[in-house]
Amino acid sequence: MNWLITHSPALLILLPLLSAFLMPLIDKISKKARNFFAVIIFIIVEILVIILALDILKNGMHVYAIGERNPLQTIPTQAVVPIRIVLQIDAMGIFMGIISATVCLSACIYSLAYIEEGRGKGKFYTLLLLILVGMLGMEFTGDIFNLFVFYEILSIASAALIVYSRKGEASEGAFKFLVISSISALFILFSVALFYGEYDLLNIAYLAKNIKYTHIDKIALALLVSAFAMKCGSVPMHFWCPDAYSVAPSSITATLVAGSQASLYALFRVCFTLYGLKLDSQLIGGILIIFGLLSMFVGVTMAIPQKDIKRLMAYHAISQTGYMLLGVGAGFYLLGKPEFEIYGIKAMEGGIFHIINHAMYKGLLFLTAGAIFYRLKTRNLNEMGGLAHTMKYTSVFFIIGALAIAGIPPFNGFASKLIIYESVYKISPILSIIAMLVSILTLASFVKVFYSAFMGPKIHDVREVPKSMLIGMGVLTFVIIFFGLFPQYIVNNLVNPAVMALAKQAGYLSAIGG
Amino acid sequence: MYEIVWEPIIWIISFVIITITVYIIRAIGRVDYRGGEEEKPFLSGMEAPKEKMHISASNVYWGFIDALKGYYNSMKKIHSGVINDYVSWFMLITAIIFISLFLYGVIK
Repeated sequence: MNWLITHSPALLILLPLLSAFLMPLIDKISKKARNFFAVIIFIIVEILVIILALDILKNGMHVYAIGERNPLQTIPTQAVVPIRIVLQIDAMGIFMGIISATVCLSACIYSLAYIEEGRGKGKFYTLLLLILVGMLGMEFTGDIFNLFVFYEILSIASAALIVYSRKGEASEGAFKFLVISSISALFILFSVALFYGEYDLLNIAYLAKNIKYTHIDKIALALLVSAFAMKCGSVPMHFWCPDAYSVAPSSITATLVAGSQASLYALFRVCFTLYGLKLDSQLIGGILIIFGLLSMFVGVTMAIPQKDIKRLMAYHAISQTGYMLLGVGAGFYLLGKPEFEIYGIKAMEGGIFHIINHAMYKGLLFLTAGAIFYRLKTRNLNEMGGLAHTMKYTSVFFIIGALAIAGIPPFNGFASKLIIYESVYKISPILSIIAMLVSILTLASFVKVFYSAFMGPKIHDVREVPKSMLIGMGVLTFVIIFFGLFPQYIVNNLVNPAVMALAKQAGYLSAIGG
Repeated sequence: MYEIVWEPIIWIISFVIITITVYIIRAIGRVDYRGGEEEKPFLSGMEAPKEKMHISASNVYWGFIDALKGYYNSMKKIHSGVINDYVSWFMLITAIIFISLFLYGVIK
């Protein structure tokens, strides 16, 4: 068991990576074996993430130097700084890892029936595994260059899966996604070059120790903040989201949301860990709050007139990202002040808790949209109606997802939103009022979807979706209800350690030695 | 540290109690007030086909969207669907962050 825990950081990246390369081979042998192999790998990754999470929450951060005989030796004997690929996983990193692994597992199970045979399903699983590699890599790496590498893996694999349906609009969505992702990746690469040129370092902890916040560092900061804020779908750089989310297969849209959150994590990691108190936290915190407010408001108001169910949900994904930016931005705004300990940490808890909640209910909502598309072959809400007569389970899953995203108790969305409302109120009541208004509008737009798709007389003679799709939705529904019923348990044991890992820069820096 | 108290279990118990109360009140109502003419939708005395009774998504919240026509028109212009515009916004925001970082440093 000790061996497994020690090597699990590397295994979590290597296992899906190697499986991705094996997948086409297994696909040639047998379709059943391929499906079984994909599900087993995602289950193993989920188990490994949980094992690692339990150990990190109990014993603290894990550090792993890839290629070193002793993986705990991050600095080689002939060097004075870490020069290998170092993975550094704290409570925040593993928190994000749990989200990524769970969403990908649900997407994999859901895709068993959702994705048709004969359209390169083997390639589909290969790319899904690569998406998982990209996300886990971004969340686990302690090296800024590898952050860029995993960001690219995530972007390219995601773009390839957005275009999976091979229709004109899918190609357009994927093209936009790829162009904008490539530009942001170049921004990150340019920042990496600036850091390397200035400090001869790539390790995040060592960079953070040495960073002086010079003009060069300010340029790098501007590039990193805008690149990651764009990729997480922050307004006004969110335009690619509705175009890409609406055309991707629904299981992939759910993983795209998790991918966006990996970028959100990278944004927070850059602000809190790489720069920390050396930068003007009030300014960057203020920028994050403005991004948050704009995303919340524009996202939800643009969702209301949509007729395409997935496009509507895509705008909601933007809106919900706003809550996370608001919560964590408020925390960053107060960093270094006495108020940070009083309500800054609480605001961050709300924002971070909302990340996992959003991944679950938004993932579920996209899967229900996929279930509707699977039966009706349309995303147009005007062509739907009366689905609750025959698709009973999907209707229930949709209601749970919709109530959770609207922040209705006792579902998980309410728990995190309540923390955000109450804590940001201390900074400015206006922030809370806008957040509550956005929740009301969210509920309104989901009432529209529920009414037009599920209510009314029976128009379509359709059956319920296959069991594997119901199981995929069921996994996320269970998490939503569990998190909603026991929020304090999740906040105390999972969210608070993640917040403290992010907020206390010294812990991250000291773990790597030197 | 600032504490936020939220007990979902108590909320659920309250919800169940309220539901039971509503059900009891409903149950003591008139039993014969079901299944008659009064249940049919009012369409000026016309018999409407069941399929036509469903209101489609475009008609929901039309008043809200119409009232905010100005806002939505400007939003539609911004959401042009053209990749060049997306990249322009991205560059513009990067430039704004960049300038704010420098100006804030100078002012401070």
